[in-house]
Amino acid sequence: MRAFTYERAKSPAEAAAAARAPGAKFIAGGTNLLDLMKLEIETPTHLIDVNRLGLDKIEKTNDGGMRIGALVRNTDLAANDTVRKDYALLSRALLAGASGQLRNKATTAGNLLQRTRCPYFYDTAQPCNKREQGSGCSAIGGFSRQLAIIGVSDACIATHPSDMAVALRALDATVETVQPDGATRAIAIADFHTLPGTTPNVETTLRPGEFITGVTLPKPVGGTHIYHKVRDRSSYAFALVSVGVIMHPDGTGRVAVGGIAHKPWRVESAESELPRGAKAVAPKLLAGAKPTQQNAFKLNLVERTLSAVLAEAKGGRS
Amino acid sequence: MKFDTPATTNPIDQLKVVGKPTERIDGKLKTTGTAPYAYERHDVAPNAAYGYIVGSTIAKGKITSIDVTQAKASPGVLAIVTAGNAGKLGKGDFNTATLLAGPDIEHYHQAVALVIAETFEQARAAAQLVRVETIKGLGSFDLAGAKDKATKPKDAWGVPADSAVGDFARAFAAAPVKVDATYTTPDQAHAMMEPHATTASWSGDKLTVWTANQMIDWAKGDMAKTLGIPRENVRVVSPYVGGGFGGKLFLRADAVLAALGARAAGRPVKVALPRPFMFNNTVHRPATIQRVRIGATRDGKITAIAHENWSGDLPNGQLDGSAVQTRLMYAGANRMTATRLAVLDLPEGNAMRAPGEATGLMALESAMDEMAEKLAMDPIEFRVRNDTQVDPENPQRPFSQRSLIECMHTGAEKFGWSKRNARPASVRDGRWMVGIGMAAAIRGNPVSKSAARVRLNGDGVVTVETDMTDIGTGSYTIIAQTAAETMGVPLEKVVVKLGDSDFPVSSGSGGQWGGNSSTSGVYAACMKLRESAAHTLGLNNADAVFANGEVHSGGKTVALGAAASDAELVAEDFIEFGDLDKKFEQSTFAAHFVEVGVDAATAEIRIRRMLAVCSSGRILNPTTARSQVIGAMTMGVGSALMEEMVVDKRRGFFVNHDLAGYEVPVHADIPHQDVIFLDQTDAVSSPMKAKGVGELGLCGVAAAIANAVYNATGVRVRDFPITLDKLLAGMPDVA
Repeated sequence: MRAFTYERAKSPAEAAAAARAPGAKFIAGGTNLLDLMKLEIETPTHLIDVNRLGLDKIEKTNDGGMRIGALVRNTDLAANDTVRKDYALLSRALLAGASGQLRNKATTAGNLLQRTRCPYFYDTAQPCNKREQGSGCSAIGGFSRQLAIIGVSDACIATHPSDMAVALRALDATVETVQPDGATRAIAIADFHTLPGTTPNVETTLRPGEFITGVTLPKPVGGTHIYHKVRDRSSYAFALVSVGVIMHPDGTGRVAVGGIAHKPWRVESAESELPRGAKAVAPKLLAGAKPTQQNAFKLNLVERTLSAVLAEAKGGRS
Repeated sequence: MKFDTPATTNPIDQLKVVGKPTERIDGKLKTTGTAPYAYERHDVAPNAAYGYIVGSTIAKGKITSIDVTQAKASPGVLAIVTAGNAGKLGKGDFNTATLLAGPDIEHYHQAVALVIAETFEQARAAAQLVRVETIKGLGSFDLAGAKDKATKPKDAWGVPADSAVGDFARAFAAAPVKVDATYTTPDQAHAMMEPHATTASWSGDKLTVWTANQMIDWAKGDMAKTLGIPRENVRVVSPYVGGGFGGKLFLRADAVLAALGARAAGRPVKVALPRPFMFNNTVHRPATIQRVRIGATRDGKITAIAHENWSGDLPNGQLDGSAVQTRLMYAGANRMTATRLAVLDLPEGNAMRAPGEATGLMALESAMDEMAEKLAMDPIEFRVRNDTQVDPENPQRPFSQRSLIECMHTGAEKFGWSKRNARPASVRDGRWMVGIGMAAAIRGNPVSKSAARVRLNGDGVVTVETDMTDIGTGSYTIIAQTAAETMGVPLEKVVVKLGDSDFPVSSGSGGQWGGNSSTSGVYAACMKLRESAAHTLGLNNADAVFANGEVHSGGKTVALGAAASDAELVAEDFIEFGDLDKKFEQSTFAAHFVEVGVDAATAEIRIRRMLAVCSSGRILNPTTARSQVIGAMTMGVGSALMEEMVVDKRRGFFVNHDLAGYEVPVHADIPHQDVIFLDQTDAVSSPMKAKGVGELGLCGVAAAIANAVYNATGVRVRDFPITLDKLLAGMPDVA
């Protein structure tokens, strides 16, 4: 870990303004950033502590939706009554992630901004374009069982590890921000995370210093919410694949998938096939997939998991 | 005390303290965080500086230069140790690769430097500034690729690498029913909770290391040899060890570098391995390729059995003896085993809990299940039919005690085996395909010379001193029980001091020999102390009864402490084993039963219940023994379903080198576990009539799970671990 300076921001605008300084980073729960700093994968020279900005509230919005403060802890969000009732997918996805201790610290914005768990990203002796642009990708041709099968590039096959983000994608969330000049904007979750392309070091469309103040959800869409995370052990593991669905009695619905791409994966045009089942959805959802030999099983696994989840939504699977 | 004839009735048989379920006497220290572990010895080394290891970033090659200029100028840095300034270093008898590289690099994350600074953070930051230039060498990293060049090692953990009886090839060719299958097991990490850690301090030319080590005397000898100093100048202290599983059998880089660092800095230095270093810097269980062939008559008699094993290691390294137990496990007139070792340039392989049997039974007991199905026989009945009460390679040598059939039948009854549907993929519980599997297990019962000193004071308190270690197993408690039983005092009157090379040399902890051997040594020392006490009290030792803190003899009753009213009484002795283990095969046996559920859609495998039935002689403490066995069963779940150090065959290292990437079971993976110990004694084993149990609990578990997964799904996976991607293609269609 390199030495850094530290300040505690007093307002979101002040935090964003302070982040203009080169080498500055925000710190909230620190559950990922501190690990990365210890390994010198992240080397901020200045940390802006945003924990005390009062952004820890969950409120109803005027249009019947919900606004989640950037600093709401994952545990609190998952346990919120309205979330459990109207946005159950979000609660279930959160509870499928990490551990109780981590969820107590991890924040809504931090969860969206967590880095990949690709093992080569974490080993600074290995080339990694995400860590050091242009150094190469060790995962391609290496150990890739956990890694992405779609939206990949020749530079990177990392996945985004968040469960929460998969639910937010299905729920059509919006990320609200403030920029260093004080201007605010709203970014649709679909546009928030990026594909690796030639710049896998860039993971979101946030601009330098831009600060997330909260996430909003549109008014509840009803339906049956199911989040199925498939993994090698029962808890405390990143998804091999995860499938989140919101299904209505008429067979229509939404589906988002985690563990297969550099961002939560959702293809709206594939959802029209939902009434015809997983076998009809999968080819459209996974069109253009480019798996490795080690992770090609994820194609089949997404389809099978979706199939199981759709059966469960109909009440046919216990 | 020499133990060369089977034990007769002795004070341990009273079973007033021994054999009683007893909670760990060190439990309070551990649960309150007051047991001092190696990295926290502020009490003895309050001024310790912090060392941080720099590891090699290549798997094989040569160091051409190390530039420490920047690191040295970094805040707080006190000294930097490299092979260039460490002085001439030897290599320990138990090490394959050197513990400080230079100029040659033998494996990834081999230590190349130690940075010592005032704080841990300063040392870690400065370690990043050490610039190591290397030339990469060509390495061999793929066991399957190196297999054909593997050679016959000089022995396989003390027995010949190959064995042959009868004419296997002819009998196998002639057998009406055959199994010929190849199984693979991956490299596995010990993944103990406490990393390797040492605090080192010099006083003149005398070195003390407070470390985490299972075998104090080995560490002392290898430290002296590595540093080129006399043995008597080294003291090794390791009273509490946060798990070992074989990973702490040997002197490792933390201890050597802490010693070198303390010398360079002129003050105590402590070094702990960061978790990402635990996988490539230390030792691991090597991967295996195993071919098992079984030929049988149609009525299920084995006529031919062969087990061949290939593993790899650095040059002159260690093999995995996974074929060895097949010499003993089942009858069969024609048999052979072979062990081969390939050269690989991966980090050093060595022992991990039940080395040999743990991997060997994954293959053998899967093959037995495959054969039972081919024969359309119940898997238990097939094993019963091929049981043997003598060493099949050497029939005049009986087992001292072999109750495998009783283990299997007891387990079958308890587990509800008769309800198993032998037809695979035929039981559903909602989304789950349910299967039941079993496996039999054998694990050697090695015994080893073990010494202890016992002191009696005027208050009747008995203090035991031995360099035996407690790696979380319960050594403190069973040693206290042994001393209390032998001396006739309550448990509270016994103080146990362990893990110090100033104490008499014990068996140490490894190979499941520690419990039986070390308590036998304590028993021997206590018997000597009884003699001395009786003599001091003017009593006849031959008819003296030691009970309730008193000695009764010839109508007289005297408080035991009275024997030490003038001066402390001290006795020292050791147990030494004769050739009973040559005359008798002393093994431990178990039967494991497992029920699994496999998600019909995703092929996720979840354990539903587990049972182990163990035959290991006298159980000294059912509470700690049960903890050992359920811990081992948990480790077996890991080896069956998730644990694998993944080799990057291009770059030559284990990629998933942290606990996020190397998955071990979590609580949610482990459902109800039951353990039954057969109520037995084995008088051939030791005066304690006990045997090892801590490794037995692991043997066969993974095969039982594999067999249950097969029963659930009809898919046989021979490439461990059994992960869902290997099942998917064989799973039923989902709507």
